[in-house]
Amino acid sequence: MSTCDDRSEPRVEQSASTASTASTADTEPYRETDPAPAVGRATPLLDSRERVSGRLVFVGDVRLAGMLRGRFLRSPHAHARIVSIDVSRCRALPGVHAVITGKDTARRYGVLPVGQDETAIAIDRVRFVGQEVAAVAAVDDETAERALRAIAVEYEVLPAYLDAQHALDGCGPPIHDDRPRNIEKEYHHVFGDPDEGFRRAEVVVEDTFYHPRVTHAALEPHGTVARYDGGGRFTLWTSTQAPRHVQRGVATALDVAESSVRVIPCAVGGGFGGKSETFPHDVAAALLARITGRPVQFIATREEVFLLHRGRPESHIRMRVGLRADGRIAAVECETIQDGGAFCSYGVVTILYSGALLAAIYDVRDLRFDGYRVVTNKPPCGPMRGHGTIGARHAFEVVLDRAAEALGLDPVTVRERNLLEPGSRTVNDLRVTSYGYPRCLATVVEASRFRDKYRRLPRGRGVGIGSSHYVSGASNAILRGRFPHTTVALRAERDGSVVLFTGAVEIGQGSDTAQAIIVARTLGIAPEQVRVVSGDTALTPVDLGSYASRVTFMAGNAALEAAERLATKLRARVARHLDVPADELELRGERVRSKRDRAVSVSFLEALRLTAEEEGCLQTQGAYWPPPEARGGRFPGAGVGPGVSYSYAAQVAEVEVDEETGEVRVLDVWAAHDCGRALNPLTVRGQIEGSVWMGLAQALTEEQLFNERGQCLNPSLLEYKVPTTLDLPRLHTFIVESDDPEGPFGAKEVGEGSLAAILPAIASAVYDAVGVWINDLPITPEKVLAALAARADAKDGTARAHGASTLRRPPVPHPRVRTTSPEEPDRTPARS
Amino acid sequence: MPGKELLQLNVNGDAVAVAVRPSDTLLDALRDTIGLTGTKRGCDDGSCGACTVLIAGRPALACLVLALTVDGDDVTTIEAASAHPASAAVQQALVEEGGVQCGYCTPGIVLAAHALFAEYPAPDDAQIVAGLANNLCRCTGYARIVEAVRRVARATAAS
Repeated sequence: MSTCDDRSEPRVEQSASTASTASTADTEPYRETDPAPAVGRATPLLDSRERVSGRLVFVGDVRLAGMLRGRFLRSPHAHARIVSIDVSRCRALPGVHAVITGKDTARRYGVLPVGQDETAIAIDRVRFVGQEVAAVAAVDDETAERALRAIAVEYEVLPAYLDAQHALDGCGPPIHDDRPRNIEKEYHHVFGDPDEGFRRAEVVVEDTFYHPRVTHAALEPHGTVARYDGGGRFTLWTSTQAPRHVQRGVATALDVAESSVRVIPCAVGGGFGGKSETFPHDVAAALLARITGRPVQFIATREEVFLLHRGRPESHIRMRVGLRADGRIAAVECETIQDGGAFCSYGVVTILYSGALLAAIYDVRDLRFDGYRVVTNKPPCGPMRGHGTIGARHAFEVVLDRAAEALGLDPVTVRERNLLEPGSRTVNDLRVTSYGYPRCLATVVEASRFRDKYRRLPRGRGVGIGSSHYVSGASNAILRGRFPHTTVALRAERDGSVVLFTGAVEIGQGSDTAQAIIVARTLGIAPEQVRVVSGDTALTPVDLGSYASRVTFMAGNAALEAAERLATKLRARVARHLDVPADELELRGERVRSKRDRAVSVSFLEALRLTAEEEGCLQTQGAYWPPPEARGGRFPGAGVGPGVSYSYAAQVAEVEVDEETGEVRVLDVWAAHDCGRALNPLTVRGQIEGSVWMGLAQALTEEQLFNERGQCLNPSLLEYKVPTTLDLPRLHTFIVESDDPEGPFGAKEVGEGSLAAILPAIASAVYDAVGVWINDLPITPEKVLAALAARADAKDGTARAHGASTLRRPPVPHPRVRTTSPEEPDRTPARS
Repeated sequence: MPGKELLQLNVNGDAVAVAVRPSDTLLDALRDTIGLTGTKRGCDDGSCGACTVLIAGRPALACLVLALTVDGDDVTTIEAASAHPASAAVQQALVEEGGVQCGYCTPGIVLAAHALFAEYPAPDDAQIVAGLANNLCRCTGYARIVEAVRRVARATAAS
């Protein structure tokens, strides 16, 4: 490992020295005769040749005969009544095939049953700059753009609510008539006795934090192609992580049966949560295809992607942590106010996640959470990697560090004193099955030599620690019911190959390959012998989608069950053929063979043929239901937070802070993630590093800015400041395996759980380096300079106050929520 | 064709003649007129690098180049990348090192790396990082991409 004095160009550690696997169990179930040990072998994505050669077909690459281009006219106002809209000139233009407005798409939809508040096109009121006001289908983009300019809209501008405080105060008509206080949802949870806990505390630290809205910035813009068959059926090719939600949303909006909408996910050029629901272009494309009889394609511009948003909400967090004299957490109190934009999307889930996961890394017994999801006149927020947990985790970790310091404890010791136990339940009824967090912590502390560095590095250099976690699939589905969360089907072909049909969408995270590995391992064949068909709603069984880090665990378990059932069929048939008991047979090394005498065997191909000759097409399926005991407590909002399992992560960041310029440079990151078991270390590593990277960007550069008219000021990748290779720290990645008792081969989440830890790790490292806490993200040079100047002012009593005036945006005060009546909905205190 | 002009290019070794509008970019021409969709559109303002191609062997952002300004030039796109030893090696290394996830930025990365190896046969770390700095990737955090290119650089230096 390179030393930290190495200030040459940033570089990446060689894989051999950093992709360590710290396993807590025997990792060698295979024998020498297995030619292709599928589980635990670094396996490139099965379609990676396509991925590196530009051959993958994304939605923007779809070309159908006669295809028209769709475009939206968007609102220039944050809040306005549509007085009139005249499309007659537009409709008359040559090359324009159809124009639609709000009255054509009047039926409401939304991804959550409690959030049916969207229409594809605004009906009589616009609620954010960029909201869809009309749509056209024309022969090409140029004609479509000209057509939009020919639409005359008269608006009556209303007062707009552009931040949470403003929306909570109210001054004009509310954004939605049924949300008179501009609050989408509020929750007030009390577990244990936090007041008594704080009384018992030796130290209590409280502070406020601000996280601006950030967005996924997937490289591929959103888009869809819709085709109508003339007989009532639609086909949509779209860029989505959740084709079943798109199917449901489009069917609802158009008032047709779900079965008449077939959704085929194209290759998805990055999701990160941003493509997890029905978008206005999905509905408009379908409608325009029906009207014109021709396929219609919508592809968002980059600016439109920022307007679609569905990213992380602006969040205001007040966090209070008390520690007892022995370093144990005495009580935790958190108030989260999220500015969720104009529509609900997943917002109720987002606000609940910000509270539910406060108690699932450390042993917290006394907890209070107050959460408010506020409606504002900005683009709607949605789910983004680490959904709901990021700000709360940043605030918790920082306040924990400060309380520990006040108590004279270092950041490692305070964490070690507050561990959970595997097999336990948290105070808010989350079930902890496997718990590799202690191992994650020990791994990064040792690898980074944290204890040698903390408070001991020269001024301007610092280290910090952060922890995080995430659900490995939500135990409660968006749509309640007794259905399984996923079903996976297998079909064995006569040539010895296997086709796997899964509704879980491959979005580059490696889910197709992970399911193939599970099937291959179970059938004793190579992953490359499995062809995966994923996502197409007409071909694959229902799966809820590639979000909430649910696929490896849920679709993985379903794939495992399907493969085991296929193996059982083959064993039964081969047992008769070889005249041996079926339970004596195993599937290994592309053979079905006797465990006693390996010479007694037939090839996998022969076994398939023997079985298919009697049965015809060989098909099996498996399904996954979360166990009832994993579904959480019985208080309002208890349904969000329970996962079937949880991943854990610990990270150390080492930074250098230039006190002249305020620049923060991340030199090294040590990241350890407990993924249960790495089915595919190559993609596990990719998910950990991608998460760390995305969190690092949120910590240091990314922020969506709005002006006083509600216009997004930086809707481009350059101005939004997506980091480049030049910002690359040395990244040391460690995979920790805790063997989850219910995960497929012990596997659980890896796609999101590592994101949050890097924020507090960097914030804490900046404090270690120069002694200031920056609670307002991103940690920009201006804020560091302002904080250093403020500290100097406080010391010598002068009032230079330089620095603050150079800020890109002024500091945001924590909003005050006025309670209007003592008896509000959802105020029921929850006790476990 | 009113308003359109003839554009003649040598794309990946094939002579191509198509009618384009004066306002069309090279990216428009490649994707929408010539039908080579491997080159990706990510931003249309030069921020992301997904549309990186080679014009006369040099890297360029196709979304910022008006098609008619490169009339008569040689253009190389991702569709021909595997025909060149350096970019073929980069593609293989990206596969094996986990340097590709969603694959949307990858065509641009491969051509940027191709241009890098044309300039420096065995680039050092600083040259690799600088050579890829115009190409955004949102999935990998770049570490595995840089490692893949470094692996090819090491192999080139050793040979």
